[in-house]
Amino acid sequence: MRTSGVDEMAPPLLELAGVDSGYGEAQILYAVSISVAEGELVCLIGPNGAGKSTVLKTVFGLLAPWAGTITYAGAPIGGEPPADVVRTGIGYVPQRRNVFGSLTIEENLQMGAVARDDDGSAVIAGLYEQFPLLADKRAARASTLSGGQRQILAFARALVPEPQLLLIDEPSAGLAPNTAEEVFAHVEAVNARGTAVLMVEQNAKRGLAISDRGVVLDQGAVEFTAPADAVLEDERIAELYLGG
Amino acid sequence: MSEPLLRVTDLQKAFGGLTATDHASFTVEAGTITGLIGPNGAGKSTLFNLISGFLPPDGGRVHIAGEELTGATPAEVAAAGCIRTFQTPRPLAGMTVREALLIGPQQQVGEAPLALFSRPAAVTTTERSNLEAVETIAAEFAIAHLLDAPATDLSGGQLKLVELARAMLARPQLLLLDEPVAGVNPTLRNTLAEHIERLHAEGVTCCIIEHDMEFIMQLADPIIVLDRGRVLMEGPPATVQSDPRVIDAYLGGG
Repeated sequence: MRTSGVDEMAPPLLELAGVDSGYGEAQILYAVSISVAEGELVCLIGPNGAGKSTVLKTVFGLLAPWAGTITYAGAPIGGEPPADVVRTGIGYVPQRRNVFGSLTIEENLQMGAVARDDDGSAVIAGLYEQFPLLADKRAARASTLSGGQRQILAFARALVPEPQLLLIDEPSAGLAPNTAEEVFAHVEAVNARGTAVLMVEQNAKRGLAISDRGVVLDQGAVEFTAPADAVLEDERIAELYLGG
Repeated sequence: MSEPLLRVTDLQKAFGGLTATDHASFTVEAGTITGLIGPNGAGKSTLFNLISGFLPPDGGRVHIAGEELTGATPAEVAAAGCIRTFQTPRPLAGMTVREALLIGPQQQVGEAPLALFSRPAAVTTTERSNLEAVETIAAEFAIAHLLDAPATDLSGGQLKLVELARAMLARPQLLLLDEPVAGVNPTLRNTLAEHIERLHAEGVTCCIIEHDMEFIMQLADPIIVLDRGRVLMEGPPATVQSDPRVIDAYLGGG
């Protein structure tokens, strides 16, 4: 719920049009159309198994769309492998198993620099200032981090390539209340600097509160899309998806 | 005073130079829903791993129902009546959701080969009632439509629900739940809370790690706060929520 600086007339930064996707023979997404404008923060909500994570995985190239098109900055990216997608300027923070346990925190961050032309050391230094926890533990193996700390590391790593669009899968899951607030503040800050965000979040009320727009996904299809405050105020949506 | 169901005494665990559990001592009294909260990295999941036999402690002791289980295997801990769930469960490959859930119920008569011959009716009866219990809980947790799907087809949140359902079907003496509602849709959160309360009313003692304050503060009493591997404080929810140390280390906002 905020005043958005989004230019509604400009072509979207990311556009999914009629996308079908799934795993093996199991179809999860049915003709999904979602767009994210430059600098926009879009929150994707819906029941467990609705296909929210599948949307992100399909955009990032972990899954190839079965049908439909995915356009990023005017160019088709549907079916491109993640290594190519990340170079177009899209970052991805997965929900689970999101760090390299046998590597140190520093090495994990350096992995994020693979898509950069330089070694990313200046950006990483800046991230250490933003996330003092990571600076304190930079030489420790990521496997020694708690679940919540891993989440923060994965988030920071996705920022290393300085993406134009960040795909974030449940940033607050498993985080202590104060840490979750910090992560939401970081998402807002990253967005305020111009990075568009497509975020999946089960803590829907909290997620929508920092978003421009909400998209409700149910059984693999877009059920509802509206400005975030309208989604928050819709009684039917509240009852069905926000826990009343 | 009777012996607590779970007694953790001076428990220690370090990973390399990193101390995860720093002389932690606490008890979980039988018949309670005990909450375990604390900052990320406070050592909450490590404690569960030490109690449930997934990690050996460096020092200290674990007693469940008076029996010493320090360093016991996960199977021994489960046999002693303590079942735990994981923060990020993994699917049971090669099984359908129904099959994965049927692992839950304990002491299934058909597991004893002799009973298959000597008491076939009893085997059939328990199997039928287990199947019914699986269908019931699957309906409550909104996963009934997935019963015949391969367990590997589930989303992160659905896997969580399957794991919770399986642990609950086990009806253990002591149920350790590691962040049961993280990644679960808010509309299902209340269903889970009701289910935990029902198990509790039936005599299952629960110890729950959870960051969702609304959920844990309504459900649990007492609440134990862990910070840097040790117990920071313990008390009823209202006391814990208003404690400046807890606000500072964990809740934030002030």
